Order: sequence, then C-alpha cells, then structure tokens
Amino acid sequence: MTISAERPTKNVATGTPPGSSHRGEPWTQRPGWLSQHLGTAIIAAVLGYVFGHWLGNYITSGYPYIANSGQNSAANALALTFGVVGWLLGIGALNYPLAKLVGREPVHEKPVEGWTRYFRYTLDHKVVGLQYVVGVLLFMFTGGLLAMAIRTELLSPTTHVFGPGTYIEIVSEHGTIMMMMATSIIVGPLGNYFVPLMIGSRRMAFPRIEAFSFWIFIAGYGVIFSALPYGGFPTGWTGYAPLQTQAGPGMISYLLGFAVIGLGMMAAGFNIAATVINCRAPGMTWSRVPIFVWSILATAALLTLATPTLFAAGLFGVLDKTVQTAFYVTEHGGSSYLWENLFWFFGHPEVYIMALPGFGIVAEILPVFTRKPLFAYKVAAAGMIGVALLSFFVWQHHLFQSGINPDMRPLFMLTTELISIPTGFIFLVGMGTLYRAKIRFEVPMLFAMAVFFNFLIGGVTGVFLSDVPVNVTVHGGFFVLSHFHYTIMGGLLFAFMAGLYYWLPKMTGRMMNKKLGQWHFWTMFVFFNLTFFPMFVIGLLGQPRRVFTYARNLTILNDFSSISAFLLGFSFLIFFANLMWSMYIKPVRAPANPWDSLGLEWQTANPIPEYNFERIPVIMTDPYHYSESGAPALADLGVGVSNATDSSSSSRSKK
Amino acid sequence: MKNETNHLRRIFVVTLVLSVAADLLYWFLVGPHVPPGSMTSTAHDNQLDFNILLVIALPVLIGVWVFLGYSIANWSAKRANVPEPQGGASARTNMKAQVLWITITSVVVLFLAGFGTVELMVGNGSGGGEGPNPVWEPAGAAKAETAALTSSATWAPGKVLVVQVIAQQWKFTYRYPQFGGFESPQLMLPDNTTVAFNVTSLDVIHSFWAYQLEVKADANPQENNVAFTTTKQLGNFTVRCSELCGLWHGAMYDYGKVQTQANFATWATTTESANAANTAVLPAFAWTYVPDANGAAGGYYPDGTVTPYSSVEVYGAKQAAS
Repeated sequence: MTISAERPTKNVATGTPPGSSHRGEPWTQRPGWLSQHLGTAIIAAVLGYVFGHWLGNYITSGYPYIANSGQNSAANALALTFGVVGWLLGIGALNYPLAKLVGREPVHEKPVEGWTRYFRYTLDHKVVGLQYVVGVLLFMFTGGLLAMAIRTELLSPTTHVFGPGTYIEIVSEHGTIMMMMATSIIVGPLGNYFVPLMIGSRRMAFPRIEAFSFWIFIAGYGVIFSALPYGGFPTGWTGYAPLQTQAGPGMISYLLGFAVIGLGMMAAGFNIAATVINCRAPGMTWSRVPIFVWSILATAALLTLATPTLFAAGLFGVLDKTVQTAFYVTEHGGSSYLWENLFWFFGHPEVYIMALPGFGIVAEILPVFTRKPLFAYKVAAAGMIGVALLSFFVWQHHLFQSGINPDMRPLFMLTTELISIPTGFIFLVGMGTLYRAKIRFEVPMLFAMAVFFNFLIGGVTGVFLSDVPVNVTVHGGFFVLSHFHYTIMGGLLFAFMAGLYYWLPKMTGRMMNKKLGQWHFWTMFVFFNLTFFPMFVIGLLGQPRRVFTYARNLTILNDFSSISAFLLGFSFLIFFANLMWSMYIKPVRAPANPWDSLGLEWQTANPIPEYNFERIPVIMTDPYHYSESGAPALADLGVGVSNATDSSSSSRSKK
Repeated sequence: MKNETNHLRRIFVVTLVLSVAADLLYWFLVGPHVPPGSMTSTAHDNQLDFNILLVIALPVLIGVWVFLGYSIANWSAKRANVPEPQGGASARTNMKAQVLWITITSVVVLFLAGFGTVELMVGNGSGGGEGPNPVWEPAGAAKAETAALTSSATWAPGKVLVVQVIAQQWKFTYRYPQFGGFESPQLMLPDNTTVAFNVTSLDVIHSFWAYQLEVKADANPQENNVAFTTTKQLGNFTVRCSELCGLWHGAMYDYGKVQTQANFATWATTTESANAANTAVLPAFAWTYVPDANGAAGGYYPDGTVTPYSSVEVYGAKQAAS
C-alpha cells in the first residue's frame, strides 16, 4: 500500500494514468455496451450453462443409474459450474488471472465513470459497496417474499395454499437465500465501502478480489434459484444428509450455491482482513481503529476460517450425488453425522458472522448520537475477538438430541453459555455509552436502540437453547426459529438499517427522508416483535419447524403472527418507498456531515474522490472524543481536503 | 459523582422491584403451566429447569430494559435541562463497572452450565437422545436393554419398558421387544414406568418428539439413539417429527397413550398374539435396520431378492441383525 503523502498521479488501484484515451485498447476495456458488463456476463453464463449440461450428459449418459433415474445430477453440477465460470468470464473477473496464467502482461482495468460502472467489474471499493447494497437488497426482498408465502400457508392448520412439495421448496429457498444474504449484508456493502475510509486507506488490499467477491455473490443468487425449475430442494437451509442424498437435482443448486457463495465469503474475508491489517494509515494503531472496523475484522477472520468447511462439505455432497461417492451415505460406510458436524462447524461461526457486524455498527453510531465517547472500547474489541474465538467451539449444541457422544454435551453446554460473556460486553458498552448522555433519536439511533432490545431477547433465549434439558423442549421447534430471527433479523437486519440510514448520506450525497424513516422504523420494530414473539409460545406449545400442518389450538397464535408478518413486510415497502423517494424522486442534498460524527469517513471530500484521500491522513487519536474539551484532532488530513467537518476541539466540546 | 450514584441507584431499585414482582408472578402463576407439563419425570424436571432459567433471565431482561427506558426518558436531547454530556477519560472507562459486569455475567453463566449439567445427569439425559451408548441411565435400563435383544425378554410392572421407535418417511412405528418384538403403529405406554426409547430410522434423519412426554431424539439411519423417561400420568400425547425429513414432514405425527399398567399389559399381550403372523415375517429385533436396495423410501426391510444397483454387494442383501 502506498502511503505517500502526495496525491497520486496514477490511479493507485490500477496503475494507469487518469483520463487516458480508450483508443487502441482491447474491446474488453471499452466503455459502453461493447465492453464486458452485466449483459455479457449473463450471455456467457447461459452459454456456460448449456455447455456444461451438454458435457455432463455426454460424459455420464452411459451409466445405467443415470439412464434409469431420469435425472442427471452430474449434468446439473457441470452446467452450474460452467455457468458460474461463464459469468465470471463474461463480467471480466478472470481477465487478469488468465492473462497471468498464460504468461501475458494483463491489461489493467480502467477506472470507469458514470452509472455503467455499477454494472461492471469495477475495482473501486465504493462502487463495489454500492453494488453490494443493491445485491443484498435483492436477496432480502426475494427472501422476504418467500417469508410472506410461508406465513400465508400457516394461516390455517388444515387448508393449504401450497402443496407440501411447494411449501418445502419455499421454506428451503427462504432459509438459504436469507442466510446467504445475512453473511454479506453488512460486510459486503458497508464493510467494503467504509473500512478503507475509516482506516485511512485509498483502497482495499486486493481490489480485484473484492470485485470478484461481489460478482460471485450475485452468481450465487442465480445458482440457488436455479433449483426452482428442478423442483427445489427439500432440506431447508441446513441441507441434512441423507435427505440431501435422496433429494432431486435441485439439491445440486443448494450445494453448489453455498460453495459459490462460500468462495465469495472467503475472498471477501481474506481481502478485508488483509486490508485492515496492512492498509491502516500512519498512526492508526490497534487502539485507535474504529470499533466497526474491529467487528468487521473479527467477522473477516470467521469468514476466512469457517467457510472452507462449508465449501468442502458442499463439494462432498456434490460428489455423493454425481459420482456416487459415499461421504454421507451410511450404508456405504459414510455418515450422516459427518454432514451435520461439518455443516455446523461452519454454521455456528456463521451465526457470529451475522452478529458481529451488527454489534460493530451499533457501537460505532452510539457515540455519535449520544455525544459521548464509546464506553469501554477495549472491552468491546475484546468481546468481538472473544466471540469470534469461542464460536469455533460451540457447534455441537445444534446436535444435542442427535445422538452424539452424550458426555460431550455438558462441554458444549458450557462453551455455548460462555459465549454469552463476551456477547454481554456489547451490552455493557452500549449501556455505558448511553449513561448520562444527550441522546438524539435520529432514525439510525432508533434502529440501534432496537438492536439492544431485540438482541437481548435473542441472546437470552439462546441461553435456554444451550441448556441441554431445556433444549429437549425447544430444539427443532418454533422457539428456536423465533430465537434466531431475533438475533439475525432483530440484531443484524436492524443494525444494517441503522448503518444504511447513517451512511447513505455519505455514500450517495442524499439524505433519507426522516419522516418515512421513522414510519419505517416503528412499523418494522413493532411488527417484528409481534411476528416473532408469539413464535416462542408457539414453539413451547409444540409446533415443530418447517411444517405445513399444526395443532388446531395454535391457529390464533399463528394467524396473529402471520398478520403481523404481512405488516412487517409492509414496513419494508415503506423502506423501499423511502429509498426511491429520497434517492431518485425528491433527492435532498446531504450536508457533508449530517450527524456531526467525528469518524474519519465523514472527513473525506464530498463526493468522495476515487482515491479517497487527497493525502493519506496521519491519525492522531481514536474517533470517539465527543464532548471533550481540549481533545486532540482526529487526524492530520493534509491541506485543502477537509471542509466536511470542523475537527477542531472547540466545536467538539459544544456537541 | 453524587448524581451518578442517584441514577444508578434508581435504576437498580426499579429493576429490583420489577424483577421480584415479575419473578414471583411468573413462578406462581405461569410456571406451573409451562409446557410440556408434568406427564413424565423428564417433563416435570425440564419444566422446572425452564422456570429456573426464566427466573434468572427476567431480572437480566428487566435490568437492561429499565436502563434503556431510563436513558430514553431522562437523557433525550429533546428534554429541556438535559446536562451536556461529559467526555474524557471518566466517560471512556470505569474499571468498577467493567469488573462488576464481567463478574456477574461470568458467575451467572458458570452457574447455569453447572446447573444444566447436574440436571442432565440426575435426569438421566433429561429425555434427550443420548446416542447408542447412554452414559446416564435409570436403574435397570441397561439390563432391560441387553435382554431386549434376546427372544426371552419379558416385561412386568416395575421393570423398564424397552420401546423401539422406527422412523421412516413419513411415519413412526413402534416395536416392543419384551412382547415378542411385535410392531405397532400406535405408541402405548404403561403408567409409572421407566421407558427406554430406542430411536432409529430406515431412511433419512427424523426426530422423535413425544411432546407431552418430553422426549426428543433424532432418528438416524443405522444408529440407535436412546432416550429415557418415566411416565407419571395417564393420558394421550402427541408425537411429531421435529427434523425436516422431506415432502410430508409436516404430516408426520401420531398420537399415543399412557394407560394403567394392567391395561397396557392386556393391550400388549393381545396385540402380540394378534400380530404374531406379521411379526414372524419381520426381521429379527435389532437396534438398527438396513433398508433394501429399492431405495430409502421403497421396500423397507431386506428380503434378499432385490438386485443391488450398487457395486457394494452386501447392500440390498439380507442383513444380519446387528
């Protein structure tokens, strides 16, 4: 990473001088529709898919078990694999590595101007961040519609809107798409966009890997929904074998979908970790790193270390289904427990991949709206690292009733309950920061406060689940379903909304409408709780997960939950309306620093130049010196840059 | 500093009062009705566990909520006369508060883990699946389980009843090795009797959840998952599959009944003789069974005549009882 004090004459990400002519460039580098973009990616993906399918059929058609079954999972697997490769080729993600591979000097990607860059393989982390915003919203709205379908089916215990097969398809797609979305919802958009800005870097460590992680994330969306024409998959998001082995060809989409998303997760995690470790500005010591960056770093470590297990487990499943290996086939010497253990060895760190960034956002914006320094900064950072470490030692609590070695259960009960200690740090930090503050209840702050309310319920019910005797009652029922919706939706999604309302003015230069934002918050908060709180009771009263029939005496509770869920869905329409209204229909120009934050990201010029900082800032202190007279300035930003914030200590003491 | 003490004292007092009230109300009004009731020893014990956890959890919830509510009420910027917050070192860290918080959460957490472990051991696995080799089992269970594999196994009131739960897509059947190994679509149990459930599957993973009995054990193919409970009350109960097992998972449920020991013995012996012809063609009682080569959901017992499609020859051939 360049840390030269002067503005670069070349683009640091690509090494090309700015503003040079496009003539004589290879066609892949031309602007406009002739170049590589979303359209060429789709065309190449379709071609790849068709080729892969043909190849699979060609290779395997001679085998009787394929000829007799009417299904060819091998063809599916190859079709999807080549489809994804085509997609990556089409978007241009492989230009550089392929050129290197054949020993040619790769053509450097040019910085692209204008709106078309959002549909291209672009190396600017700010473009990738905005691409991710749209990407995760696409995942979220699709998954949300599926949730509406689930609640529609559960309106009645006996009258069915969907057939059992369709219902299981919907449940499985909902769970999988939401889990995929949740892995990236904060790390992708806000992590990629703001980590370099917050640590004083001009770019991510590996811009190509960053762009790759986004485009393969979108490929994952295509792969997971390719299950639908094949009848979906019946396993839910957990994909348990042998149901997985027994399932139809749609299962391949699930297994490869997670593998594809997993590649993106590993790439994103690796890149973010490398960025935070190596690209911090001078003076950005570990005790000055913003707490959001700490949370993203802890998440990046989990992404990098946990996801390979999922990737391998998914590929074992693909092999089982295509070339008849027996990793998960008990009769042939495999084990269904192998999948359960591999899956949850990834799956439990995954839970914290979804929790930590939410903690980070909340801890980051609390000081801004309380005008107080972050309380117990070191405890917060330690808590995040503690959660990240412990999360690798708790996975078997998902298997308490599965017939695992029984004397392992007290151990996993202990580790699981221990993890509530570092999780509790976040509450200490939050309450310490709120204490004797002057709280401005702007929309981001409302969402942040809601995270504390919701996550508390999610966390406390987690302790119930970790207690093996109580787990007998609540395992596999609506209680656990409600628990993880409280942590993921009530925690992560509310935190994402807090982050979006907080940072969109910086990302787009436009303010989100406050009135609509408040409507969005209150409807989302109230109906979220009305949707999911009854599910604790429904679970205690004996309703298992993923069923389309239930006891008649649970009708009222289920209907209450369903109607609340529809209204919760409506709250997202308010959000969408606000987004459209504030960004496109009636945009209101955002002030340079609308929340009077001391964060480094708010002190860049508006709009943020491609190279972020005119000069690499020299960091003097941490960004939480609110209400402190005589506090040191955050950073030396060099000349002629920061008109965004008056970072002098006198203005700070007034806030 | 005086102000500081006042705020915290107020929050503490309100939390204390509300917690005591909520705990008492919960313990006496709600607790006794918390599912799954007290039809069995495990239901009773686990209900107690749940209630103890909730009594500990309520003050935590109330404490944080009171704090949030107090902050919103007193420190909103919209309120007149809210003092300017103070930054600086004192607002950044407070060793006493940090140590206190970490100590309290650690003590609570360690207590809960210890308590859960003791309850798990005392409760002989608390009705959860303990795998093929249970480490905590009620008196007489090991003997009854060992005897169950022999054809001479019998049951009499006071002895442990061995029941095998065979899950398959999408139903449960139950075998009674102490009554000649007959198989029944209905789960009948005697009152005041310790039952050893041996749960297995013929195809995919299911989970045997006898709701009112407070027994939950995954049914894995070729795996015997044992769970214990002792019946305490007469009545009907519901059995549901609680692990997603495919298309008709939502319809995989049935009902069972706890009856008096005499009625149960009558039912069992009658059914044993009525089903004798069927029992004779069943495979010998074993802890697990291998489905035949026609596929997991096809014919579910080996008959030795199907053609294996796998290169592994033993697959699809008649299996010896393990």
